[in-house]
Amino acid sequence: MNYTFQFGVAFDVLPQLLEGAVLTFQMGVVTFAGGSILGLFFAALKTYGNRPLRGLAQAYVVFFTNTPALIQIYFLYFGLPEFGILWDNFVCVMIGLILNSGAYLTEIMRAGFLSVRATEMEAAEALGFNRLQQIRHVIVPHIAKTIYPALANFFIVILVMGTSIGAVVGVDELTGQAINLSTENYRWLEMFTVAAGLYVILTLVASIALALFGRWAFRVKAKVF
Amino acid sequence: MERIIAQLPRFFSPENIYFLLQGMAMTLTLTIVGCVLGFLLAFIIVYVRQTPGWWAVPMRLVAIAYVEIFRRIPFLVVTYLVLFFIAAFVKQASVFVIALVAICIYSTAYTADIIRGGFESVARQQIEAATAMNFSRWQTLTKVIMPQSWPVILPPAIVFMVSFIKDTSLVSQVGVFELTFRGKELNNAGFSGVLVFGTIALLYFVMSYPLTRFGAWLEQRLAASRHHRPQRQLR
Amino acid sequence: MPHLDIIDLNASYGSVGVLKGVNLSVERGEVVSLVGPSGSGKSTLLRVLVGLTPPSGGRIVVDGTTIDYRSKSSLKAARDRMAIVFQQYNLFQNMDVMRNVTIAPVQIKGRQRAEVEADATKILARMGLADKHHSYPDQLSGGQQQRVALARALALKPEILLLDEVTSALDPELVNEVLDAIRALAAEGMTMLIVSHEMAFVKEVSSKVVMMDKGQVVEAGPPREIIDAPKTDRAKEFFGKILRH
Repeated sequence: MNYTFQFGVAFDVLPQLLEGAVLTFQMGVVTFAGGSILGLFFAALKTYGNRPLRGLAQAYVVFFTNTPALIQIYFLYFGLPEFGILWDNFVCVMIGLILNSGAYLTEIMRAGFLSVRATEMEAAEALGFNRLQQIRHVIVPHIAKTIYPALANFFIVILVMGTSIGAVVGVDELTGQAINLSTENYRWLEMFTVAAGLYVILTLVASIALALFGRWAFRVKAKVF
Repeated sequence: MERIIAQLPRFFSPENIYFLLQGMAMTLTLTIVGCVLGFLLAFIIVYVRQTPGWWAVPMRLVAIAYVEIFRRIPFLVVTYLVLFFIAAFVKQASVFVIALVAICIYSTAYTADIIRGGFESVARQQIEAATAMNFSRWQTLTKVIMPQSWPVILPPAIVFMVSFIKDTSLVSQVGVFELTFRGKELNNAGFSGVLVFGTIALLYFVMSYPLTRFGAWLEQRLAASRHHRPQRQLR
Repeated sequence: MPHLDIIDLNASYGSVGVLKGVNLSVERGEVVSLVGPSGSGKSTLLRVLVGLTPPSGGRIVVDGTTIDYRSKSSLKAARDRMAIVFQQYNLFQNMDVMRNVTIAPVQIKGRQRAEVEADATKILARMGLADKHHSYPDQLSGGQQQRVALARALALKPEILLLDEVTSALDPELVNEVLDAIRALAAEGMTMLIVSHEMAFVKEVSSKVVMMDKGQVVEAGPPREIIDAPKTDRAKEFFGKILRH
């Protein structure tokens, strides 16, 4: 027990760590956006498609939610060059994360589709809403309200669990940056403690922002904690 | 493609199959031991968090902070923190122990919320009735709350553990010889990436999928008996 | 000496006072009914007595002994002497009827299981539940559950029984079976403090009626005086409303 902490070293390189945090956040947003588009598409197939299309969507979800994101990324990074597809590490990570999160988002979006009950549609029809008005005033607000908490939570999961995988194949997001900087000055423990603190701050800010936005936009009480 | 087909017989040699099966066993051991230990620690965290009284405020804050902080740090970072912490203070420790500690720390934070939700699902009035009858806190917990909350706690706890099988792939980063690490070894040995990581993905799937289905089945079955008497007509 | 003496009792939820200087005494073998509009503090009074809501001032004296609600041992002793039955029965859903009734005497008071079970069998028979020993709460009607709750309280051998709106959650046709059980207990001389909205029953069974409003006792006295000829405007208004229904 004679280790002396030298947090000064980690704070000296705070700007570089913050650059990593910014990249983490950008990766989180892009993954979430891409995953949501995939999720929406496959959820629609799963809910409204015919048998083969439903099977396809189901196979996608089952495969990607039952294998590690890291292995999916390794497959893209180490496997695809054999077919002459040479993506750099960042592209592999982003495509891997989008495909992976798309599968989880399919399940979340599908829960939203299923939550629209026939009686509500009938009520909307009885009120004289046309199809477009029904979608705008009944379906979309209803789905948003139902799945917003799950979406907000999943965004944090991507931000925390998801993007740090990039470090494994050398992407310089927050975790990767902590590894890079530690190899220069060997203060691993301090560097990772500060990086962990930045993750806590980043996700807390995101959680609070999402909770406030949800309350403002959909009158949802999304929990911060 | 021809390269993959050419490699097939050599890749699926008995030695390699045994090598990968050992990796699966290591992955499952890490997951099960780490999550079960984490589950037990989470009980303690929740018990501390629900201790009433002013004198317990610091303990409650520590319990809350533990859960909130570790749920906001990537598992990879937790693993590195454990690695470097142990390296700084304990010196010699196997990477297996390091990975186990990391999994334990992480699963404690996640299952604590599941357990808390389960405890809170038991009607407060029953707890008041117990209190008015002089049950101690521990007696109320073991005789009234726990028997009723395990159908609420167990399914999501199992779902968490099953999903953690996949997350353990990250401990390959600190050199634990589990499934993912063995995959990288085979890839480094010259086997095709498509072949190796396709197979590894399949092996994770074989572990994860049946257990996921089991978790979903258990959830449905227990949901039906929730708040009710223990199932007696077992078929 | 009164069996239960409540002197200048205060209690609050947060900053809202719910009991403001309540005075009330109950003699041995007396049945005292608390009536009044909802939110008047009747149920809170019972909760304070068994230590579920802490008092913020005043004294509670049981048989000459003042209870210190901040002391664990004193509170434990108080709970040994008083048992409460709740509006929502609050039975343990994971236990059958017999275990609901016997768990506290056996596990908490450490009495012999055989003796407690013999007692419980008698009590359950009196409550008309002789054939329900191994039923679970969710297999019973509300009236049956409430009688189990009564049996559970009686198995603790309390000196004072507290009943908190025990018929309010029941369907009308089930009310009488519970009231019959309480009548029998009153006839045996059990000291009881009852919160109830059943005015006819209150009038019949009580030796004293206490009208509460806004955390204070408005009027107290024999049922005929209080219910049929209230003196204060507040009590007149309250009984006027109730009896018209």
